[in-house]
Amino acid sequence: MEEEVKQTGINEQEEYIINMGPQHPSTHGVLRLVLSLKGEVVKNVEPHLGYIHRGIEKMCESITYQQIIHLTDRMDYLSAHINNEAVCLNVEKALEVEIPDRIKIIRTIMSELTRIQSHQLFWASFGMDLGGLTCFFYGLRDREKVLDIFEETCGSRMIVSYNCPGGLMYDIHPNFQKRVKEFLKYFRKKLPEYDQLLTGNVIFRERTVGIGKLSLEDAISYGVTGPSGRASGFSCDVRKHEPYSAYDRVRFNEILFTEGDTFHRYFARIQEMKESMNIIDQLIDNIPEGPYAVKMKPVIKLPEGEYFQRVETARGELGVYIISDGNKNPVRVKFRSPNFVNLGVLNHIARDFKIADLVAIGGSLDMIIPDIDR
Amino acid sequence: MNEGKVFSLYDFTALTKWIDTGLHHAMSPFWAVITELLIIGVLILIFYALIGLFLVYAERKVCAFMQNRLGPNRVGPFGLFQTIADLLKLLFVELVPIKNADKFLFNLAPFIVIIASFMAIAAIPFAKGLHAIDLNIGVFYVMAVSAMGVIGILLAGWSSNNKYSLIGAMRSGAQIVSYELSVGLALITVVILAGSMQLSVIVEAQRDGWFIFKGHIPAFIAFILFLISSTAETNRGPFDLAEAESELTAGYHTEYSGIKFAFFFLAEFMNMFIVASIAATVFLGGWMPLHFGAWAAGFNHVMDFIPPFIWYIVKTFFVIWLMMWFKWTFPRLRIDQLLTLEWKYLLPFNLVNVLVMAFIVLMGWHF
Repeated sequence: MEEEVKQTGINEQEEYIINMGPQHPSTHGVLRLVLSLKGEVVKNVEPHLGYIHRGIEKMCESITYQQIIHLTDRMDYLSAHINNEAVCLNVEKALEVEIPDRIKIIRTIMSELTRIQSHQLFWASFGMDLGGLTCFFYGLRDREKVLDIFEETCGSRMIVSYNCPGGLMYDIHPNFQKRVKEFLKYFRKKLPEYDQLLTGNVIFRERTVGIGKLSLEDAISYGVTGPSGRASGFSCDVRKHEPYSAYDRVRFNEILFTEGDTFHRYFARIQEMKESMNIIDQLIDNIPEGPYAVKMKPVIKLPEGEYFQRVETARGELGVYIISDGNKNPVRVKFRSPNFVNLGVLNHIARDFKIADLVAIGGSLDMIIPDIDR
Repeated sequence: MNEGKVFSLYDFTALTKWIDTGLHHAMSPFWAVITELLIIGVLILIFYALIGLFLVYAERKVCAFMQNRLGPNRVGPFGLFQTIADLLKLLFVELVPIKNADKFLFNLAPFIVIIASFMAIAAIPFAKGLHAIDLNIGVFYVMAVSAMGVIGILLAGWSSNNKYSLIGAMRSGAQIVSYELSVGLALITVVILAGSMQLSVIVEAQRDGWFIFKGHIPAFIAFILFLISSTAETNRGPFDLAEAESELTAGYHTEYSGIKFAFFFLAEFMNMFIVASIAATVFLGGWMPLHFGAWAAGFNHVMDFIPPFIWYIVKTFFVIWLMMWFKWTFPRLRIDQLLTLEWKYLLPFNLVNVLVMAFIVLMGWHF
């Protein structure tokens, strides 16, 4: 019996092993964490993945490039539009298609709306992780407004599939600009409520400040990107460093903090919502006339070679790597998903904190499980 | 004595005396006492169930309005019968047997929890002459009895054979034992002012002004401290660490289903009610109407016509509403922060507060 315990390798005797998940309210999906506890203190976290593995990368090898778009929606479903964009940009880059400004700007606006709604849901569920159930409803109330805009323009609320190689599936709805402006006006008024309810709360500060510190060195060596990495001071915003779509023509700040604790991972997202609204502000009135898609061949065949494109999703850097042999199907597709990499750091920063802190840290990394397993 | 006349309108002592003598005439003293016990038991049981059902409904409505939604609104007018429908469902739902659970303790635990809250109700004065038992150590009795509930919670966590339950129960044990002190000291502050532990005497002493106004700042501080620590003692948010949905799924009652779960659920709400009624009785004058000094005689007279039971219920629900308000606003504390709050802040503060109150009473500075 003693040897058996040793063989598993994760726990010593006298440690209290708990299975957190795959069904658990705070793992946000089917993530399974095996915790070794000493009292309330977490000694080791071992994530067990694969509960929602659908083999998206393998499936991509047998379908065309237009079809891959629809699979990418299902990875990080809160950044569905941005995932689509990554594949489209990669295909367009490979085919050397020139994309008109109209498409670029609409894509950027949609990406930023996606980012806002993703961070709204983050705020909502983070509040719930910490026990403040009211946050959830406040967050979802505002998110509905973005989803309504999506519904009008894309025909779908969450899994939008609005991009296609060469442009967009269809033109924007005539109401689009008006609705987006209304939303910005509405949300600018509502965002201070978020601060009143959570950011400024004493209990919330006590629960998050100084918890789960991630140093800059660790953030870089683990490859933690997105708001989680930027909270540690890791300047990793792809929109800034390798501008794609219309990001080269807008002015915005990269939100950087140096503390790297749970609070600043949270706060970076709140600030990013403001920056996203600024970006949309600059673009919404400047959508030029023109076609909504470039005429492409019905069957897209990428020239032989390897292609890589990265974009900034709401959670970090998404890389799409395609190897083509000149056929209509790719030979190999690899997604560098931000959530999988961000999850790797969990054990490092959550160790020696309490269970409640683990929940807060996990919440602040803002993990989407289908993106981890793909 | 105009005032006294109005009060006698709503005095239940005459009614209870009349029933008592009537029973004693009809049967032997032994059977009379048994009958009285039965009547009181049944009445309290009905009251308990009604209040429990209403509280569940109230909580759902209050939290719904705080969260921009409507809450239950399908079953009956304004969804009033929703909780009754839920209770019926819980009555008929299957009791899932747990493997390797300590069957006896597992079944015993919900009863201990519910009996503890049931017993505490007996000592609460709802109106003049309307309480089951008027102990001369009423405050002490209520505290002692309501503290018994923690045994049930610990047993539930231990016997469930579930690791989450055990963590929840251990948290709950540490929490309730610590906050018991603060609750006690906050009540002692008022006991010093009233000079009695008998709840009816405490209420009677507030005839010309509630203690929260009478007792200067210390009484007000004691009220706030009592509110905080009693929320913690009843395992409600932001101190609901024993359940901590996002951490421990459901804490100590993870493995309970059906009516046994309903017992825990109901007991939690009733504990809230008991705590709120003690707060109302001790700080807000219990069933006493709102009175100002002699300068507002007309106002005082009008207030006298509102039945004391209504006064009591309104005050209790005001306190309950306060507790719901901060449950649905604040995030949850962590276990070490919870204990730090009690031992490093509330307890010393409370001790100083008791001293200040004793000094004020000694000098006769109170109103």
